[in-house]
Amino acid sequence: MTTPTSDARPDLARLPVADTEPTPAGPVPEPVPLRRKPAAGPTTVRRRLAQAAYLVVLLGATALFVYPLAWLVSASLKPKSQVFDNSLLPETVQWSNFVEVWQAGPVLRWVFNSATVGLMAATAVTLSSAFVAFGFAYFRFRWRGPLFGLVLATMMLPGAVTMIPTYLIWNQAGLVNTQVPLWAQNLFGSAFYIFLLRQFFLGIPRELFEAARVDGASHLTMFRRIALPLARPALVIVFVFELRASWSDLMKPLIYLQTPEYFTMPRGLKQIVDTVALSGEYHCEIAMAATLVATVPMIVVFAFTQRFVLDGIATTARQG
Amino acid sequence: MSGRLQRQETRAAFGFISPWVVGFLLFTAGPMVASLVLSFTDYSIVDTAHGVGLANYRELAEDPRVRTALTNTVVYALLYVPAATVVALGLALLLHRVGRAAGFFRTAFYLPVMTPAVAAGAMFLLLLNGQRGLLNEVLGWFGVQGPSWTTDPTWMKPSLAVVSLWAVGGSVVIYLAALKNVPVALHEAAMLDGAGPVRRFWHVTVPMISGAIFFGVVTHTIAALQMFDQAYTMFYGPQQKASASDSSLVYMVYLFQNAFQYFRMGYASALAWLLFVIILVVTVVQVRIGNRFVHYEGSRS
Repeated sequence: MTTPTSDARPDLARLPVADTEPTPAGPVPEPVPLRRKPAAGPTTVRRRLAQAAYLVVLLGATALFVYPLAWLVSASLKPKSQVFDNSLLPETVQWSNFVEVWQAGPVLRWVFNSATVGLMAATAVTLSSAFVAFGFAYFRFRWRGPLFGLVLATMMLPGAVTMIPTYLIWNQAGLVNTQVPLWAQNLFGSAFYIFLLRQFFLGIPRELFEAARVDGASHLTMFRRIALPLARPALVIVFVFELRASWSDLMKPLIYLQTPEYFTMPRGLKQIVDTVALSGEYHCEIAMAATLVATVPMIVVFAFTQRFVLDGIATTARQG
Repeated sequence: MSGRLQRQETRAAFGFISPWVVGFLLFTAGPMVASLVLSFTDYSIVDTAHGVGLANYRELAEDPRVRTALTNTVVYALLYVPAATVVALGLALLLHRVGRAAGFFRTAFYLPVMTPAVAAGAMFLLLLNGQRGLLNEVLGWFGVQGPSWTTDPTWMKPSLAVVSLWAVGGSVVIYLAALKNVPVALHEAAMLDGAGPVRRFWHVTVPMISGAIFFGVVTHTIAALQMFDQAYTMFYGPQQKASASDSSLVYMVYLFQNAFQYFRMGYASALAWLLFVIILVVTVVQVRIGNRFVHYEGSRS
C-alpha cells in the first residue's frame, strides 16, 4: 500500500500555478503549467509520467476507501460459503439473505425506529438550535458574551460526565426502555449547532431585520420570515449532521433500550452480529445484509444533500 | 436606545435562548454536579447511595483495568491521530490537484463517514479476519503473512485505528478547503526564490493551513480518547467471554461496563471525572503547543 502523501509531494510543483485559481475562463481540459512553456522532448514525457503516477495514486486511494462498501454489497448477496472468497461479483447471487435477515431480528422495525428517532432528533435540534442561535446573533444584551462562552464551553465536556445522572433522570421519569431519551434532549439545542447557526445568522445583513422591525414585525416573525429562510443551507447541514449522528449512535440505545422491538438499527445490528456472525452458525452473509440495511439509508440521505453538507463543512471549518 | 426598549430587547433575547438555558441547567449543570456527588458514593441504582469519601478515587488509582484501559486508549490515540492527520492531509493534497473534479472524489471519501460506526465495525471484522479476510489475502499476494488482526491482542488497537481511519473523509474535506485558501501568490513568490516543491510544502502550505491541521489534531484527539462504538462493536458483547483479553478495553468501554453492566455508578462517575480531567489537560497542552506553531492570518489571537 502506498501512502498518498509521499507520492503527491513531488507533483506539488505544478499545483499552485495549474489549478488552484478557479478561473472561470473556459474549460481547461488538462492542467497545463502556465509558467513553463511545454518544451518538447524529455520534459513532456516526464510530466506525462508524473501525471500518470499521480492519477494512479489518486484512483488507488479512492478505490481503497470505496472498496469496503462495494465489498459489503457483494458479501451481503453471497451464500455463506463464498462470503470470504473476496471476489466482488458473487458467483451465485443469494437474494434470500435479505429475507433471512428477518429471522435474525425485526430489521424493518429497527429501520423504522431509527428513522423515527433520527427525524425527531434532527428536527428538534435544528429548530431549537436555530431559535437559540438567533437569540445570540440578533440581540445585544448584557450577558451575551459570558453566556455564549458557556455554550461553547459545554462542547468541551465529555458526554461521560453527564451520562449517568442523565440516565437517572430518565429512569426517574419512567422513560427508560422507550425511545424518548434518544431525542428529547435535542429540544434544548446543541452547542455546536448553536455556534454554527449563529455564525450563519451573523452573516445576514442587519438592515434586513431593521427594515422588518420598522414594518412592525415581531422578533418571532423576523426569526421565522427572515432568519430561517435565509439560513436554509445551514439548517440542512445541521439536520443531516444530527440525522447521521442519531442514526449511527450506539451508546444511547445500549443504555436506554432493552426490548429488541424498540431497538434502533445500530443496536439491532450489534445484536445480529453477536448472535449470527460471531456465534451460532457464523452466518456472516446475514450479518452483512443487516450491515447494508443499516448503511444504505444514510448513503441515500447523503446522495441528496452532499453538496450542502460538504460545502458546509468546508465553510464552517474556515470560520472555526 | 431607551431603557424600556432595552429591557424589552433583553427579555426577548432571553426568550430565544431560554431553551438552551433550561437544557443547560437540566442536562448539563445539574448532571455535572450530580455526577461529582455520585463519584463520592457507592450508588448502584438498586441500593441507596452511601458516601464513601475518596474510596472510588483511591480504587481508580489502583485498579489495574483502569491502567489497562488508559494505556489502550492512549496507544489507540497515538496510532489514530497522527495517522488520521497524515492520511487526511495526503488525500486533501491529492484532491486539491484535481481541480474541478475534486467534488466527485470528495464525495467518495465522505461515504465512509456516513456509514454508522457499528456497520463499519461489523464490516471490518470480516475484512480484517486473520485467516480469510481481504486484507491478509492482499498481503499474501506480496508474500506477507498478515497477523490475526481481530484476535491477536497486539493487533487489536491497530485494527481499531484502521476502522476509524476509514472514516477520515471529514478531515479531508476540511483540509481541502484550507488548501484552497492558500494564496497562489505565496507559492509563486517562493518559486521565484527558488524553493522546490518539498520546501514550498513545508514552508508555505503547512504554515498556511496550520490552523486547520491544529483544529483537526485537537478534535481527533478528543474523539479518540472517547472512542467507544468501534471497540464495543468489534470486541465486546455476549460473544466475548470474561476470559478474553483486555487488549481492546478502551476507557469508554470500561466506563460503560461499570455504569451499566456492573451498575457501579459511583465508581463510573469517578471514572468519568478522571476522563474529563485528562481531556482537559491534553487539550490545554495541545493549545499551548499549538499557539507556538500555528500561523494565523491577520491579527486573530
